[in-house]
Amino acid sequence: MDEALPRSLTPSVIAVLVRRGADFAAAEDAVQDALVEALRVGAADPSPSSSGSGHPVRDTKGWLVTVAWRKFLDATRADAARRRREKRVEEEPAPGPPPAVDDTLQLYFLCAHPSLTPASAVALTLRAVGGLTTRQIAQAYLVPESTMAQRISRAKRTVSGVRLDRPGDVATVLRVLYLVFNEGYSGDVDLAAEAIRLTRQLAARIDHPEVAGLLALMLLHHARRAARTASDGSLVPLAEQDRGRWDTALIAEGVGILQAALARDRLGEFQAQAAIAALHADAPTAEETDWVQIVEWYDELTRLTDSPVVRLNRAVAVGEADGPRAGLAALSELDASSPSSRLRSSSGGHPVPRHTAVAAYLHERDGDLATAARLYAEAAHKAPNLAERDHLMRQAARLNARRDR
Amino acid sequence: MAKYLLLKHYRGAPAAINDVPMDRWSPEEISAHIQYMNDFAARLEKTGEFVDGQALAPEGAWVRYDGEGRPPVTDGPFAETKDLIAGWMVIDVDSYERAVELAGELSAAPGAGGKPIHEWLELRPFLTEPPTITE
Repeated sequence: MDEALPRSLTPSVIAVLVRRGADFAAAEDAVQDALVEALRVGAADPSPSSSGSGHPVRDTKGWLVTVAWRKFLDATRADAARRRREKRVEEEPAPGPPPAVDDTLQLYFLCAHPSLTPASAVALTLRAVGGLTTRQIAQAYLVPESTMAQRISRAKRTVSGVRLDRPGDVATVLRVLYLVFNEGYSGDVDLAAEAIRLTRQLAARIDHPEVAGLLALMLLHHARRAARTASDGSLVPLAEQDRGRWDTALIAEGVGILQAALARDRLGEFQAQAAIAALHADAPTAEETDWVQIVEWYDELTRLTDSPVVRLNRAVAVGEADGPRAGLAALSELDASSPSSRLRSSSGGHPVPRHTAVAAYLHERDGDLATAARLYAEAAHKAPNLAERDHLMRQAARLNARRDR
Repeated sequence: MAKYLLLKHYRGAPAAINDVPMDRWSPEEISAHIQYMNDFAARLEKTGEFVDGQALAPEGAWVRYDGEGRPPVTDGPFAETKDLIAGWMVIDVDSYERAVELAGELSAAPGAGGKPIHEWLELRPFLTEPPTITE
């Protein structure tokens, strides 16, 4: 059976079990067991989906519901037997009324519930909405399977009292999906593609310009993926990317979704970020980038979020639009407005990543190669990831080699 | 969702407050210390924040390549090595603040007199994969 099909059915199968009277945690466990079984016997094709019966989705779903319900009954019986042994009497949860809203949508809200930490919300969303196995999620985030299992069961306990029949906050769901997309870990599971799939599924269920904005943002960045890394794995900055390798179909889709969202005149941060990505996508060469418009979008973003990271990126755009001196002035404005001379992020004591790298770049464009080389080396030292560190170190080495000549 | 390495040093860290060498503790104090460390790791497994933990023998050797077709050269151990790692724990947490909180708890492991050692632990963030969204 197609591996993606049972996964895409996960939320609706959980919903069937919940409607039949299972609580969320037990239903989710049972569906996970059924998915693992589907993967295990996948080669033997347990469902009639590909045997020509004509209704692959319905048949696979039916198969999953049957297996999951059996797993649920087995677990409940085992549980009941254990409870009898322990002489504890507890009432079975009564079947709730059928939910008035879209079940799958409710699962998105539940898995991104504000009582969960970001890591827990991400893990629970990937399992209960995405239908990934605990092992796949653990591999994607480079932690032991037992750790991920504990994180998920803890998350389920945390949301056990949450009712499934009330709409939640779309913003929390979007933050979780953004995290899944932006954390570029590589494993067997393509998390960026998974985030796009889940955001697409969400966008089909809820009419919200920021959901569309996030989907557009993901598509526009995903379109550049092949061009982002060289064959040796090193990072290729936007200005140096081979734009012929950008995925024009994804760009066209992203731009279309963004335009429809912007037309509704309810701007949010994801739409603004997507607009910036769209302006980059629109430039046939780096030199033809409309930096003036990009600065305007950063002004909008600053108004919406006032995050130091946004203002840092704005300084880069100002440097491109009005020259490196103007960029450096924007950077010093940023330093002056933060509480200490070193720029701090709102989340705590860390300097904003890439601040020194931006300063290095602007000094290089301004012709001060000595300062630029020193700052590139300093930025490499502070870089939060390996690819960026190597890239910055090469920049420092390039300038130092040129100066020594 | 960030990984940190907690490094415990045999040597090289600033002096702890309760700085009595382990061989001067009572056997019960040593047991209590080990129990504390085990409980700490078990608790992190339950919260879904544990990645790995290992203890290292104090004595090791230096090894280097010695040219094509020749066996590697080994040397040491050198008694004068200033910095000596005793072990590590890798955690996967939501924030830097949480990492500091956990390191603080680990540093409170009981030592001589059953009182917290207040030893200095080194906290080092992992380098990650680059983010997908860059501008």
